[in-house]
Amino acid sequence: MNLQVDVQEKDCVHVFKIIGEIDAFTAPTLKEQLEKVADQPECQAVLDFKDVNYMDSTGLGVFVAFYKKVKAVNGSVKIVGLNKRLKRLFEITGLDDVVEIEMESGDTNGTV
Amino acid sequence: MWLRLKWKVGTRMAPFDYIEIKVPAKPQYVGVARLTISGLASRLGFTYDEIEDLKIASSEAITNAVRHAYDEDEEGEIIIGCALYEDKLEIMVADHGQSFDFEETKKQVGPYTEQESDVQLIREGGLGLYLMETLMDDVKVHHEEGVTVFMTKYLGRERGEADVKQTAYS
Repeated sequence: MNLQVDVQEKDCVHVFKIIGEIDAFTAPTLKEQLEKVADQPECQAVLDFKDVNYMDSTGLGVFVAFYKKVKAVNGSVKIVGLNKRLKRLFEITGLDDVVEIEMESGDTNGTV
Repeated sequence: MWLRLKWKVGTRMAPFDYIEIKVPAKPQYVGVARLTISGLASRLGFTYDEIEDLKIASSEAITNAVRHAYDEDEEGEIIIGCALYEDKLEIMVADHGQSFDFEETKKQVGPYTEQESDVQLIREGGLGLYLMETLMDDVKVHHEEGVTVFMTKYLGRERGEADVKQTAYS
């Protein structure tokens, strides 16, 4: 029931590797990490969900807030590594139509 | 946190096992309750996907209760009651900390109206309530001396594509 967020910057792209469970208790940790880069001009972010084994609306809320901030500075957000369960959560809430989702966790350099 | 087990055998209603959990209204206990419910669902024989649905739906209800207590600046407790039947799991989440008579409370919980959902519940529950309704077979919310959420999931009723197609944002 813990969450770890590893941040790496590569070619001006911030890669967030999220590990663990995102719920009411851990969501503030994720929020804090994301907010460090959210208002950088033309911020480019990749969120890797490969090792997220649980997420609910608190995580989605953090994500949506981050997404809005990044869009406001003409940045971009890409999601990678979603498993079937998390993909379904994005589909149910309609977020899959809004945000760029790459199903295979791998090449993250091609962020637009 | 403490765990209490009540065994009701041969009562007037269909027999079920009832498990009640009481936790402080703090975010760090949402995951603890979630794991307990996951264990109970597994015991009943729900599939992996159904258990994941139950984990999210119950966490949403408990998170709402934690937020409610936080907004009111209360050091409250949350009661989570689980009734295990042969063919379904009923989960009740109450944010007013009083242990309840499961059958009595169940009788008082009616379907919530469109009006309520527009004004109060959406603001309180938001995406959380939407997820509860999408992932469970039945959800009722009762406002009296706090908020009680009552939800049911039946065994062997996988929520299909139809549920996935309706979206909150589009």
